[in-house]
Amino acid sequence: MSEIKIQIKNLYKIFGKNPKSALEQVKDGVNKDELLEKHNHVLGLKDINLDIKEKSIQVVMGLSGSGKSTLIRHINRLIEPTDGSVIVDGEDVLKMSDESLRDFRRKKTAMVFQRFALLPHKTVLENTMFGLHIQKVDEKEANTRARRWIDRVGLSGYEEKYPQHLSGGMQQRVGLARALTNDGEILLMDEAFSALDPLIRKDMQDILLELQDELHKTVVFITHDLDEALKIGDRIAILKDGIMDQEGIPADILLSPKTQYVKDFVEDVNRARVIKAKHIMSELNGQDRDNAMVVDQDDFIDRFIDKVISDKPSCLIVKNKNNDEIGYLSTKRLSEILKR
Amino acid sequence: MEDFLSEFPELSRETLRFIKKGFDASYRAFSREYGDTIEAVFDPVLYFLVWFEKLLQNSPWPIVLICFLAVIYFGSRKISVTIGSLFAFLLIGIFGMWEDTMSTVSIIGVCTMLSIGIGIPVGVLMAKSERAQRICTPILDVMQTMPSFVYLIPVVMLLGIGKIPGLLAVVIYAIPPIIRLTNLGIREVDKEVLEAADAFGANPRQKLFQVQLPLALPTIFAGINQTIMMALAMVVIASMIGVKGLGQPVLKAITNQYFAMGLFNGLAIVALAIIFDRVSQSFGHRIQQHRSGSRE
Repeated sequence: MSEIKIQIKNLYKIFGKNPKSALEQVKDGVNKDELLEKHNHVLGLKDINLDIKEKSIQVVMGLSGSGKSTLIRHINRLIEPTDGSVIVDGEDVLKMSDESLRDFRRKKTAMVFQRFALLPHKTVLENTMFGLHIQKVDEKEANTRARRWIDRVGLSGYEEKYPQHLSGGMQQRVGLARALTNDGEILLMDEAFSALDPLIRKDMQDILLELQDELHKTVVFITHDLDEALKIGDRIAILKDGIMDQEGIPADILLSPKTQYVKDFVEDVNRARVIKAKHIMSELNGQDRDNAMVVDQDDFIDRFIDKVISDKPSCLIVKNKNNDEIGYLSTKRLSEILKR
Repeated sequence: MEDFLSEFPELSRETLRFIKKGFDASYRAFSREYGDTIEAVFDPVLYFLVWFEKLLQNSPWPIVLICFLAVIYFGSRKISVTIGSLFAFLLIGIFGMWEDTMSTVSIIGVCTMLSIGIGIPVGVLMAKSERAQRICTPILDVMQTMPSFVYLIPVVMLLGIGKIPGLLAVVIYAIPPIIRLTNLGIREVDKEVLEAADAFGANPRQKLFQVQLPLALPTIFAGINQTIMMALAMVVIASMIGVKGLGQPVLKAITNQYFAMGLFNGLAIVALAIIFDRVSQSFGHRIQQHRSGSRE
């Protein structure tokens, strides 16, 4: 349905003095520990293949050292890969000249950083205009565009403040406004909310989802937090030691983890809060509508579970936003899912 | 064998003399050949220095004093420093050292400008290139530790006695801190902020002027402060090769054992040092205030 925006193919990254020769070893099946011990090279990423769909949020999740931050930096080539290709809109980022790479970074991508990476000597407004200044956009236009996004992330009135005067959450709003002002189609978010307090993190997640609803950017979101990944991601890729363990929609990862690592990861997740009706519905085939309950496709299980228990419907009919019936859900299936 | 251990096996006296003589002769030849050309290179600096000195000395003293106080106030934004400076200058004038002080201020001013003008680009170069850093670091070490009298010799041989050799000696001595601290300041810039600049497509020039230099500014300013202090410390030595100013009376006081004269001029140098230091420090502090969050 939707186009592939970013295509990562057979991507390898090895850190060390002679990555090319180490690459041969890795391709011959030498693992991370062995590579470090015998050849003194660190395996960053191994044979990563990932197709990121246009206008979706792709989460890359992993613990520290899994290579997730390395991976996102390959998309705008802040890191050069050892082998492989990164294709954005049909163009190989790794083959771009310095000039066209800069142009690509200016026009197509924008990045939000874990520790905000704001310029301490510039005000909120100036920070937000940074990308436009780099592009030499006319001052007046830059000002208007920046103010619009500052307002949009809820920082009106703080334009003339310096970053140090703002809380972490507000600083990251500036980081987000700076990225959005750039108006690229691709938004790269490297653990953007990880440094924030839980409540503020939740706020920021909501802001991001709300913005995404209207902006439809292609977002690559890095996190180490599974709850965040499940909440935000249209799709989730799980990285471990530089290898991609599993990639899929959140419900798939929860319901059918492929490896023990992923299984351990998702074990304690409250499924009712992550799985939506549309993830577990079956195709309609003449279900009895008597005593059926209607749920929205995007409702999480915990939104309607209480009502299911009290009303005891025969089954659940799933509807989309236009009120069309698109599937059904039996109570038996529901209880299976929740029992795990 | 015993001889070998008790006496260090040195070159024969003949050979040593030959080496030294040869060295001196070739340098002398070099200075005879190129001395005038090199002097000509420095002519613009000399003109500027003389003009600046004359300006300070020949303008009516109240105007100069008011200009100084204005600069001091706008630099430090502190009324206490300004009033302290006013008294210091008044005392300097009353004790008959106004003219010499103006000479010293002019040479320090020009030396500082030269040091900034040369030092910051060199520091930037060192920060950008590992090779430049490897080459410059030992040179800076030599400049800072070599006794200044030693490099006065070739400077005087080359350019004779006067303002320009003095200026060179002062700059050689005073420039290392600003180079080192510019280098350090740029290297210390937060990697993530640099990465952000890259991610937004900044070219090297934009990165330097919009990110690296502004973020390194407080450190660079600490370097400028030290450079000024070191330049002041060199005034007396520079006066040995004909630089006018507060150094000359001190030199005269040493040779003739005039304690009071030495003390007065010494105190005037101290006063200048304190004023320069306070002003440049509070200016440096002010430009980084928004970082510590103390301005609301």
